[in-house]
Amino acid sequence: MTTTADVLVPRFDDDVDTDRKIAIICSKGNLDMAYPGLILANAALGEGVQTHLFFTFWGFDIITTSRMNDLKFTPVGNTATHMPMGITPLPGVTGMATHQLKQSIEALGVPPVPEFLEQIVAAGGHLWACRLSADMNHLRDVDLYEGVEGIISASDFIEKTAGAQLLFI
Amino acid sequence: MGVTTMHGRQIHVDSEGFLTEYDEWDEDLAKVLAQNIGIELTDEHMAVIRFLRRDFRTQGETATTRRVQTAGGVSTKEQFVLFPKKPAKKMAYIAGLPKPHGCV
Repeated sequence: MTTTADVLVPRFDDDVDTDRKIAIICSKGNLDMAYPGLILANAALGEGVQTHLFFTFWGFDIITTSRMNDLKFTPVGNTATHMPMGITPLPGVTGMATHQLKQSIEALGVPPVPEFLEQIVAAGGHLWACRLSADMNHLRDVDLYEGVEGIISASDFIEKTAGAQLLFI
Repeated sequence: MGVTTMHGRQIHVDSEGFLTEYDEWDEDLAKVLAQNIGIELTDEHMAVIRFLRRDFRTQGETATTRRVQTAGGVSTKEQFVLFPKKPAKKMAYIAGLPKPHGCV
């Protein structure tokens, strides 16, 4: 079985010592804003990029076991939903919007947040929790999703992400 | 869009080298494709490749990492073991299919 010298083979750059690293800071706790970080992290991992996710402030909800299954989406204040802002705070609107968003996401084959985190960890992604957020919410390791590697401080984060591309969501 | 020569015949490929004609592939060619990118195919690899081929037929597009897990039954972790670093692209290449375009 021989191949001629002019065979066109895709370059997967396996032998190139790729030290490309990306760190995504997830600071939002609404359902719609939980996804961008997860989707990009998953894409980066699929391209062999070392990927770290740092959950802070409202994003802490994404990795808190008591909340991660219950993230909500609200159109309140979000003019991009093209709804009249006056009706958005009405009872039931947030629930309905959350339900619709979940359906749209599922229809595209995108997993719910906990399952997505599982896939990211299985693909080699690193999950970190912010120490300050943990302290503010009085939460500890046991309260967090099992895939989280640790609760780290801002300085730890800066150390870990030396040379990394940073993304703040 | 071009042509390259492999396994003694002309194969249509895109600008990166992925196969563009579904029927130009066969399991012998898969071995060549795998060798091109440094992978030695085992039965486990072939099971995934066969799933991708079948799935492409019914879905009309290449399965993503997630679909290979949920519909193909091969965990994400296992995919990374079989096809290191860039599983989705490597699997597609060896299976003679286009790169997956789905996001998850």
